[in-house]
Amino acid sequence: MKKLLSGNEALALGAYHASIMVAAAYPGTPSTEILENLSRFDDIYAEWSTNEKVAMEVGLGASYTGARSLVSMKHVGLNVASDPFMAAATTGINGGLVVVSADDPGMHSSQNEQDNRHYARIAMVPLLEPADSQEAYELMSYAFDISEKFDTPVLFRTTTRVSHSKSVVNVIGSRKTPSRQPNFCYDQTKYVMLPSYARLRHPLMEERLAKLAIYSDTFPLNRIISGDKRLGIISSGVAYQYAREVFPEASFLKLALTHPLPKEVIKQFAGQAEKLIVIEELDPLLEESIRSMGIEVTGKELFPITGELNPDIIEQGGIKAGLIKAAPKQKSDYSTPKLPARPPLLCPGCPHSGIFFILSSLGHRSSLPGKPSRKPKMIITGDIGCYTLGANPPLVAMDTCACMGAGIGEALGMEKAGVDDKIIAVIGDSTFLHSGITGLVNAVYNKGQITVIILDNRTTAMTGHQDHHGTGITAQGQQTTAVDLAQVARGVGVSNIKTIDAFDIKALRAGVKSSIESPELAVIIVQGACAVHIPKSANSRAIEDNLCDTCGLCLLIGCPAIRNEDGRVYIDASLCIGDACGICQQVCPHKAITSTAIKDEKGNE
Amino acid sequence: MNKLNLMITGIGGQGVIAASDIVSGAALAAGLDVKKTDSLGMAQRGGSVISHIRFAQKVWSPLVKAGEADILLSFEKLEAARWSHYLKAGGIAIVNNYTVPPPSVSLGKECYPDDTEITGILKQRTDRIYFISGTAFAKELGNVKTLNTLMLGCLSIFVPFEIDIWRDCIFGRLPPKVAKLNFSAFEWGKTEMERILNTRRSA
Repeated sequence: MKKLLSGNEALALGAYHASIMVAAAYPGTPSTEILENLSRFDDIYAEWSTNEKVAMEVGLGASYTGARSLVSMKHVGLNVASDPFMAAATTGINGGLVVVSADDPGMHSSQNEQDNRHYARIAMVPLLEPADSQEAYELMSYAFDISEKFDTPVLFRTTTRVSHSKSVVNVIGSRKTPSRQPNFCYDQTKYVMLPSYARLRHPLMEERLAKLAIYSDTFPLNRIISGDKRLGIISSGVAYQYAREVFPEASFLKLALTHPLPKEVIKQFAGQAEKLIVIEELDPLLEESIRSMGIEVTGKELFPITGELNPDIIEQGGIKAGLIKAAPKQKSDYSTPKLPARPPLLCPGCPHSGIFFILSSLGHRSSLPGKPSRKPKMIITGDIGCYTLGANPPLVAMDTCACMGAGIGEALGMEKAGVDDKIIAVIGDSTFLHSGITGLVNAVYNKGQITVIILDNRTTAMTGHQDHHGTGITAQGQQTTAVDLAQVARGVGVSNIKTIDAFDIKALRAGVKSSIESPELAVIIVQGACAVHIPKSANSRAIEDNLCDTCGLCLLIGCPAIRNEDGRVYIDASLCIGDACGICQQVCPHKAITSTAIKDEKGNE
Repeated sequence: MNKLNLMITGIGGQGVIAASDIVSGAALAAGLDVKKTDSLGMAQRGGSVISHIRFAQKVWSPLVKAGEADILLSFEKLEAARWSHYLKAGGIAIVNNYTVPPPSVSLGKECYPDDTEITGILKQRTDRIYFISGTAFAKELGNVKTLNTLMLGCLSIFVPFEIDIWRDCIFGRLPPKVAKLNFSAFEWGKTEMERILNTRRSA
């Protein structure tokens, strides 16, 4: 049956057909849809774990009992999970264990574009790279077979353009009920990594890699596509698709198992090609490995090492190398105009808008149209989530964003270094549970005086509204015990805890002011449900033109529903969520903002 | 219709991705190879969204090359201008006559290009530019969210899959309670595009 599937849908289906029993993940673009899809099958267990490290440990535990399991995460998630990942590589597995790393070349939605193929080398494990949805589907069954045959976790690396593109999949398989009943085989030499046992494992890992290298040369999806012998191209992942587009006549070596490399196949292919080039996204892993085999090859001198590739970039590389003629004339006679950018924004009615408006105002970040900008005061450390958008104009209310959970530790470090400024760490509810708790324990214990603001919007919003351990609903829709964030803070020793309504501007301002003056660490929990979960109210807000002096204060909230067109400030009623928010109404110094219901009444008088 | 490079653009929340899914599904149902890919930056809504859709007997790259899009379907005017360099010379631009000022414009830091400028930018590539009062009509229809299927109706004049294919794909992709209204919007878009073309021909 032919289906149009995204790469993530295809590899989830592939894993299901490969008879997995357990799947664990933490949401992260571009990997999120893998577990979302798996969670819909009721004959497997699928969970959102608190973070990627926990997900990896859950997957590893399941594997130890003989169950096939899949763990998925975005590329930086594998940094978090790297400790158990390396452990899994050392102990080996029992049931097949596949670790999906969804990389993000071009950083569509990430803080870096690290190339996670490196992890396969560090861990000495096999690496598979699909080039489209069909391969994502097919490679999954190979991945589990390889994992079990060679007693190793398998790293399965996709990229944004593979995970999120849709292409046609010929669904040929179906799920077979797992043949083995999960059963833990007691074996300390394999599973207890005391130094004495771990020393036994390292030589086995080296032996495993050598066997995998032989297997790689026989792997059916490492294949040669014969064409014009004057140009041989070695490629993997989506870069292969672009290369086929740009060089339709060339010979190709299309690789899917890229660690360890199929050296004999590469030698054979290189021997047939007059000129050999490698086209790969990000780091020159294939290129350097092939060169180290003594084969002359060109790669990164033609195609950039940074950013996402596309057919235009590969075409430019081909022109540079004299492999293809310059592009047709029509491309050069187009002048690119300077147009206003349209960055993503916090949604209308976002529960983060009010607190960021307050931080922006107390921290002297924004200024009214026509007024000079002020020197910022008060350091705001942040991290990853929708609320990172608070860094964008007009709010400009975030000063650091390194990685998940980083803000609390950073804030303490700044305080201990001795800066004079007040320091506030902001962190989302899901992120706090992911990696904020340990930072808070540390800050309290070491007598920090920082303020920690937990933005509790009852969901993992940025990745598409997954439940988390604070919502009381599991990935497969079951009710469970929700973590009480205030109780957690109390439990680790915080006594100054305030819970404030995200849409009460006065209370937010007072709460932040008193917390930053507090001589002890303060926690503020800002509660308000994500706007996407709020049914739109009929009473959208409106601006009374005769009362509005167009001061522009409401525009500093950064609400997409509030606009200024040719000097008239107005609210787009189709976007405003109405009574559930009302932040602009509280902010307006001229009381010019009213609910449309009230406005209509006045109109009828 | 056996080969097309199509780009659909708009603003997060306008239904670009659903529209792109529907037309890709239609191409698959018509027996073609299809690849599509969306770029939507970080957030759920409010940002610039672009979807590449390619169909043919065999498709390699999911991304359209700059200057090679046969059709640019835009749900907002500034976004049409932003992505116009993807259009091939003499390609078709179908543009919803609707303005959403980005934050820098609302804050008075940048200017939104006027209609003459937008047309001028598109004209670097083509004279086949069609402005549609899509949002205005979708509002009249009672649900501004039908804009995406309305714009697909306009597109369908140039991508002549059978009407049953379009209907099945719209009903297959959208929730049942809104699918019917969306199909009406699709039909309105189709009729409107026909009317515009006839007016131009007779002029």
